[in-house]
Amino acid sequence: MEVDQLQRSFLEYTTSLFREGFLDGQFGQLQMLQDESNPDFVVEVVSLFFEDSQRILNDLSITLNQQNVDYKKIDANVPQLKGSSSSIGAQRVRNACIAFRNFCEEQNADACRRCLQQVKQEYLLVKEKLEALIRLEQQIVAAGGAIPMLNEFS
Amino acid sequence: MDGAVGFVEEPHVLAVDDNLIDRILVEKLLKNSSCKVTTAENGQRALEYLGLVENNQTSSNDNASKVNMIITDYCMPGMTGYELLKKIKESSVMKDVPVVIMSSENVPTRINKCLEEGAEMFMLKPLKFSDVKKLRCQFLCSSTVRAS
Repeated sequence: MEVDQLQRSFLEYTTSLFREGFLDGQFGQLQMLQDESNPDFVVEVVSLFFEDSQRILNDLSITLNQQNVDYKKIDANVPQLKGSSSSIGAQRVRNACIAFRNFCEEQNADACRRCLQQVKQEYLLVKEKLEALIRLEQQIVAAGGAIPMLNEFS
Repeated sequence: MDGAVGFVEEPHVLAVDDNLIDRILVEKLLKNSSCKVTTAENGQRALEYLGLVENNQTSSNDNASKVNMIITDYCMPGMTGYELLKKIKESSVMKDVPVVIMSSENVPTRINKCLEEGAEMFMLKPLKFSDVKKLRCQFLCSSTVRAS
């Protein structure tokens, strides 16, 4: 009984994340890569994404706080974050990065700072949601159940 | 050591990408398709792995002859995927190995440039299972893979 409920909650939660655009089909691909030989694959990749993103966001903050903004640095960092978020399916973070890059091209410091805030916000939101999702997965596994497969939402 | 001629069960792919997460993903996708995978974080490291640094005409190690396909990101600092492709095509040892370029951007001039330089295929990132399956079938099935 408990496993069923957990699995239902997991599916409902995942569906809502797709519906609200936090995650896209690429996250489903990630889930599909997890198997017996690599049962923690999703957690590992998501954790790396958190570490990497935090580092990039910190660097971007520092860069944008300088008197003379080094747009080359921004131009090097934002695509990295866009790439990583795209690869794990963090759609809203990716979209925020696209907007950021456009303003960077215009060398508009104020707009860039606003974009950075936007990216940070989206990142923190998806981080919270992914952490909740992973907790649900871990509960399912602890209760002896299998993680239900997602439908393709691309 | 290997008695089998012409049939390679586990093709060896060299995957090049400066983004750690993308490297991990492409490696897992390929491994799940029964490929042996070596990753490199940039073009220079890839060339070093292939033993092609000093002189493109010969390889200083065994690795070049064992690699059955190279898949590389286009946008990388230092040496782009396009530049790496050129160096590979210039080498007598590696020029016949299929090279696939990946990019998160769909830029027709970029794609054409790579295809003209000899890339077998251009793929949009992020890669999916179906993409890797296509690569596996097209470039790495037993009849097209040369024996090591």
